[in-house]
Amino acid sequence: MVWKKMKSMLPAGSYYFSGAEAIAEGAIAAGCGYYAGYPITPTTETLERISVRFRDVGSVFMQMEDEIASICSCIGASWAGAKAMTVTSGPGFSLMQEGIGYAVMTETPLVVVNAQRAGPSTGQISVSSGDIMQARWGSHGGIPTIALSPWSVQELYDQSINAFNLAEKYRVPVLIMAEAATAHLRERVNIPEEVELFDREKKPGAAPFGTEEDDGVPPMPSFGEGEKLLVTGSTHDAYGVRKTADPAIQGKLTARLYNKIMNRKEEIIEYEGYYLEDADIAVVCYGFTARSALFAVERLREEGIRVGMLRLNTLWPFADAIVRDVGSEVKKILVPEMNMGQIVGEVMKYAAGEVIPYNQMNGQVIYPNTIIEQLRRLL
Amino acid sequence: MATELKQYLRPGVALPFCPGCGHRILLRLILKAIDELEINIDDMLFVSGIGCAGWIPSPHFNADTLHTLHGRAIAFATGAKMFNPKLKTMVISGDGDLVDIGGNHLLHAARRNIDLTVICANNMNYGQTGGQVCSTTPKGAVTQTTHGGSPYRPFDLCKLVNAAGAAYVARYLVSQGSVLVNSIKKALQIEGFCFIEAISPCPTQFGRQNRLDTPRETFKFVERMCITKEDAEGLSPAELEGKIVTGEFSNGRS
Repeated sequence: MVWKKMKSMLPAGSYYFSGAEAIAEGAIAAGCGYYAGYPITPTTETLERISVRFRDVGSVFMQMEDEIASICSCIGASWAGAKAMTVTSGPGFSLMQEGIGYAVMTETPLVVVNAQRAGPSTGQISVSSGDIMQARWGSHGGIPTIALSPWSVQELYDQSINAFNLAEKYRVPVLIMAEAATAHLRERVNIPEEVELFDREKKPGAAPFGTEEDDGVPPMPSFGEGEKLLVTGSTHDAYGVRKTADPAIQGKLTARLYNKIMNRKEEIIEYEGYYLEDADIAVVCYGFTARSALFAVERLREEGIRVGMLRLNTLWPFADAIVRDVGSEVKKILVPEMNMGQIVGEVMKYAAGEVIPYNQMNGQVIYPNTIIEQLRRLL
Repeated sequence: MATELKQYLRPGVALPFCPGCGHRILLRLILKAIDELEINIDDMLFVSGIGCAGWIPSPHFNADTLHTLHGRAIAFATGAKMFNPKLKTMVISGDGDLVDIGGNHLLHAARRNIDLTVICANNMNYGQTGGQVCSTTPKGAVTQTTHGGSPYRPFDLCKLVNAAGAAYVARYLVSQGSVLVNSIKKALQIEGFCFIEAISPCPTQFGRQNRLDTPRETFKFVERMCITKEDAEGLSPAELEGKIVTGEFSNGRS
């Protein structure tokens, strides 16, 4: 069994953290051994806190020359045996896309946090969720990663731990799609006595890049264990030998990389339903927007209006089954997003009824009143 | 290849290099240095980037190898080395990879004095993509993207890396076998960032486009550009124009 229970690194209790600090503490609790990053608003506080706290816990911190170097050095460290993490925002996330693809191809466990700010380009350092489709399609090749959407400081802590577990379990980069609003928010965080951690599976001599099953997750050795590893971003066979002119091996490898995530959707995907039992209208949302949406839904419920909410805690793989179910139960779905319409396209793919987007990209969070207003228009 | 070096090659893989390629010679010289130092190759990690030179260690060396993204080999190596300092880490890649696209990582690793041995196989062009100009192409040389001759000066890689603060910096031709082996041995023993530029002629792409019809002519052309550090002493900048100075350029931090 590769799951283990560990004492939390901080004494159990209630703490008052910013989101950026909670990410750092979550990573430390998860056993992060290597962190590389580059200063960028709104996650510089994570970098700073890690630089101090890693000295206490004996992990390795590097401030690199850019975000490309940050993610690449994390991948190198991951193969040297570390649980590795890098934290950034939009411009850095764009630079990291090639590295994310390399981690997908080489099945490297890795956690990347993107506290999204208002783009495109330098834009504003205010809030947005403009990078949702980039998390799924940003790196060439289009093979899925896992992307999470925390809505509170507590969840930034919890999801940082969860992200490391998912990364180790499925040998995949896990992206935490945080938002500037939660990165700079200060809230209470409860630290439990123990955390449950998953460490990558090791099996000396076994093929590190192939399994009997067409959706398996192979065991992962580290450098220095005498395995004479061949790690490459080129198409490779089960032992890592480059096969750049063999269509069968390219087909088999990419199918397994896809299937190992998509065939495990049920165990990966998390969501929360609120007041959906008798709802005529549902709000499908994620991240900070879900805080406003829940407030709006509860206010309208007080008036006896039958509205509900589906919150997508996991963005990728997409929660198609529950969206299909909710879509068949309600008459209309409102999808408010701090972008010009991203997840709404996925909702339209799977929900039978009418799906209405609400888009706001002015660098402000979507206020509860705005969502109440939008919902009233649908009555 | 000498039988004592064959033990370091991964069974079942054939060397991919063109006839007359300098990289094949360099591959042998690196293994010879490791063999002479009696280093256990299982204690080593070889990191390479994209391009012909990235194939020197991967998959040919029967050791841990990390074949990375274009330009990023040193960043990957930094992460592995910093997390596990016991890994004796060598980066082997080309000039286009390490200097053109990856130059920033090279400078910063040298500045930080990360304990890496970096061997830059300089073939003066982008060989794998068919011979385009790069930052080490001699001024006036013809490539697929400079048909009238390259209008720009090439980088002096050793000056660049020396200025960035490397512990050991040297440049030799791959045809200078024993001195290059000694230089690699030295680099492997010095703690800190060590950089060796191995001038590795490319007859197939660089040679062909510059009317150097045989590997021998390509080697002769490059050898004629080279001058030892000792012979270069006292020469004026004008006299050194277009010359490649070989020797050790350590900055004394070692």
